[in-house]
Amino acid sequence: MATTNPTNPRELLAIGTEAPDFTLNSTPDQKVSLSDFRGRPVVLVFYPADWSPVCGDQVALYNEMQSEFAESNAQLLGISVDGAWCHLAFAKDRHLHYPLLADFEPKGEVSKKYGAYHDELGESARALFVIDANGVIRWNHLSPDGVNPGAAGILKALDALTPELRGSATAGSTP
Amino acid sequence: MTAAESTSTLTPPVSDIDHAQGPAHAKVTLVEYGDYECSYCGRAYTIVKQLQDEMGMQMRFVFRNFPLSEAHPNALHAAIAAEAVGAHGEDEFWQMHDTLFEHQDALEDEDLAAYAEEIGIPGTEVTDAFRGGELADRVHADFRGGVRSGVNGTPTFFVNGERFDGDWSDVQALLTAVRHAARPQR
Repeated sequence: MATTNPTNPRELLAIGTEAPDFTLNSTPDQKVSLSDFRGRPVVLVFYPADWSPVCGDQVALYNEMQSEFAESNAQLLGISVDGAWCHLAFAKDRHLHYPLLADFEPKGEVSKKYGAYHDELGESARALFVIDANGVIRWNHLSPDGVNPGAAGILKALDALTPELRGSATAGSTP
Repeated sequence: MTAAESTSTLTPPVSDIDHAQGPAHAKVTLVEYGDYECSYCGRAYTIVKQLQDEMGMQMRFVFRNFPLSEAHPNALHAAIAAEAVGAHGEDEFWQMHDTLFEHQDALEDEDLAAYAEEIGIPGTEVTDAFRGGELADRVHADFRGGVRSGVNGTPTFFVNGERFDGDWSDVQALLTAVRHAARPQR
């Protein structure tokens, strides 16, 4: 199960680059754009598949962490190539409190833009990005598919954001 | 994965506020982040007992709370209940801890209160603690520390402060890691 996959996801989109905008379905009749969250940090979680054991653990962990992410004013978005109906069933089953986006048509297009796609497997890689309030990538991480990356790295990256880059209401002490 | 990011080191380190079995000066300290309702943790419970039998006074075992309350509806209350009973002493804590893992199929609020009563602690102390306060805060603090230490699911073990990334369900693998850590440093 924890075999190392061919690491053919291209290089993850680099730290310091502007995160490409996208619009994807979060439910069969709702769409979400990255730009909707401009003004606050976004944690983008690319993962291989709904229902797989490691993904299940990973989404469950992040689901428990809403308050920690909220402290940094951050919005979490999950992305895989599963369709919106699949996401809906998975989110319902796991009581998820954050959107899962369907990188479904054209398949994997957004994952590819972020360098987070396995061509051979036809799935998103297990990749994490922290994007600041101005839409710039501040941290990235690629895990082997069988390894749940946890959340320590995400929290550290969010902690490192200045109040301006968090866009938090408590920031405004300096002009 | 870059080396700089695999900082899976226990934060905060073990201190005397932790629930611990075994001597403080033991050569190796095994820390588990666990969830009383998680079936894997139920399996890990028996594995830890085996390790304790093997290692004796050479090992200290510490348990910290990591309830995945969205996945396990009774996990948070079970953790708070153990802390409420544990407020009376370490012996009481570990009795409750063991009881919970031995009754993972019955962890409703009234069950938790009844287990406390069996240990001689008023059940109302447990149910009152569900409403929040110091004990619930402690459980949340355990969780937050766990996340920052690199806990990515339950159970997660740390051996002398370093996350154990092997297969914990293999007693021998965990025992080998623990024995290795207990060896005198070169």
